[in-house]
Amino acid sequence: MLNTLPVLEFKSSTFFAPSLILFNKDIAAIEQALQEKINLAPEFFRDSPLIVDLRELNKQNQDVDFVQITEILRKIGFFPVGIRGGNEQQNKQAHSLSIPIDTVREQGSPIIIGETHKQENIKQSPSQPEVTTAKEPIRPAAIPPVSAAATLITHPIRSGQRIYAAGDLIIMSQVSAGAEIMAEGNIHVYNTLRGRALAGVHGNTAVRIFCFDLQAELISIAGDYKTSEDLNKQMYKKPVQIYLQDHALIIKEIA
Amino acid sequence: MARIIVVTSGKGGVGKTTTSAAIAMGLAKKGHKTAVIDFDVGLRNLDLILGCERRVVYDFINVINGEASINQALIRDKNCNLLYILPASQTRDKDALTQEGVGKVLEELSKEFAYIVCDSPAGIEKGANLALYFADDAFVVTNPEISSVRDSDRMLGILSSKSRRAERNEEPIKEYLLLTRYDSDRVRSGEMLSLDDVQEILSLDLLGIIPESKSVLSASNAGIPVILDEKSEAGQAYTDVVARYLGEKRPHRFIDGKQGFLRRLFGGRK
Repeated sequence: MLNTLPVLEFKSSTFFAPSLILFNKDIAAIEQALQEKINLAPEFFRDSPLIVDLRELNKQNQDVDFVQITEILRKIGFFPVGIRGGNEQQNKQAHSLSIPIDTVREQGSPIIIGETHKQENIKQSPSQPEVTTAKEPIRPAAIPPVSAAATLITHPIRSGQRIYAAGDLIIMSQVSAGAEIMAEGNIHVYNTLRGRALAGVHGNTAVRIFCFDLQAELISIAGDYKTSEDLNKQMYKKPVQIYLQDHALIIKEIA
Repeated sequence: MARIIVVTSGKGGVGKTTTSAAIAMGLAKKGHKTAVIDFDVGLRNLDLILGCERRVVYDFINVINGEASINQALIRDKNCNLLYILPASQTRDKDALTQEGVGKVLEELSKEFAYIVCDSPAGIEKGANLALYFADDAFVVTNPEISSVRDSDRMLGILSSKSRRAERNEEPIKEYLLLTRYDSDRVRSGEMLSLDDVQEILSLDLLGIIPESKSVLSASNAGIPVILDEKSEAGQAYTDVVARYLGEKRPHRFIDGKQGFLRRLFGGRK
């Protein structure tokens, strides 16, 4: 019945990966710090893809060997899948390692690999002062509006399922442990949230996560995340909203 | 058209084959012509539970490959002449199953049978996926422990996204919960999850609770589905399950166990 299917098809898609921001070029120190982080949550980091963010280092003109960084990441068990804010030499190294290059354009630039690998972007120097200003708390006016319509889901999201919404995501049913819900906009769960919820996956830091019953494995807004271990026990099983303030996730009970 | 039921769980050893045999027998006993298919190619067990292992000549894979007709491979049960078994092949593996082949066999069986019960293998690989692909109803067999519940939850996700009904955007598979190996003493002492704990995560239509019972093992060893053991609690529980599935309203039993008399009197769980 499916004889007429084409061999392949290209579809635009978004890929979510944590980024690793380096502040020190000392390889040994990086390796040690990584190992300590991994020991905290080995399951979470196992085989995780990773974007290596070199903006901070390059701002301070600390030149680091990207090949060496890649080697230790792979040794530890990460899959480096991108470089961001690398200098010319580092981008060249990334290219020879077949790692896509993401150049920084503005605060909240999307982590869409592939699409960001464009000629005009590569020329832009990552050590320009705009990046510094973008680090400061963001004024509401600077926030890109969430343009796409909201996605409404009324059935349960089961373990192993992944939901991605280009705008807001509204879920009326439970989200099971082991499920993953992602939205470029806000996330509302009018039920129990046990899985992972990632809002603002394109870097919108103004978005929020709302849920009736917080039991999440992981929550993240614009890449800043907390695992269930780090969640305040007092908020467990409570109706909460979660938002970002100065790069810190704030969890507040909805009274 | 037959109604196709998949008995599935994700996790192994929770009682899928026992359940498949019991409900297939129960449906047949109620006068519905029923076929039960063993999808666990390479680890054939259903024939043992139904006590027909010595009458297996052709199997499911032979039929898929066109080496035997369905009627040659179907084994009529010796206890009930409305129940037929299509055994798995023991010498092959799951790769011998194809979606097209399984679809053809089910289509042909649908003409003759009222119910087709698909006994899924454990896991979420090809055998399990094909067992559920054509289903109309799913019996999700779960033990009251956390890993089984997690696996059932995963299976429910697959049921709602990878079935033929999902692909065709038809009405989704109707999902039912069957809580098996339930030991009310251990639930009370906190060693096992309670029905409420399980339902908090799965929130499904409960078809029945099958209490942990020695009669299940002895029935399996004897090759007689436990539903035929009317004295055993497990047998009675499966009889209830079949009745509920066919639309009868029956109160749930075996939640609090035998010792639950006082609890029931003084308002335990519903």
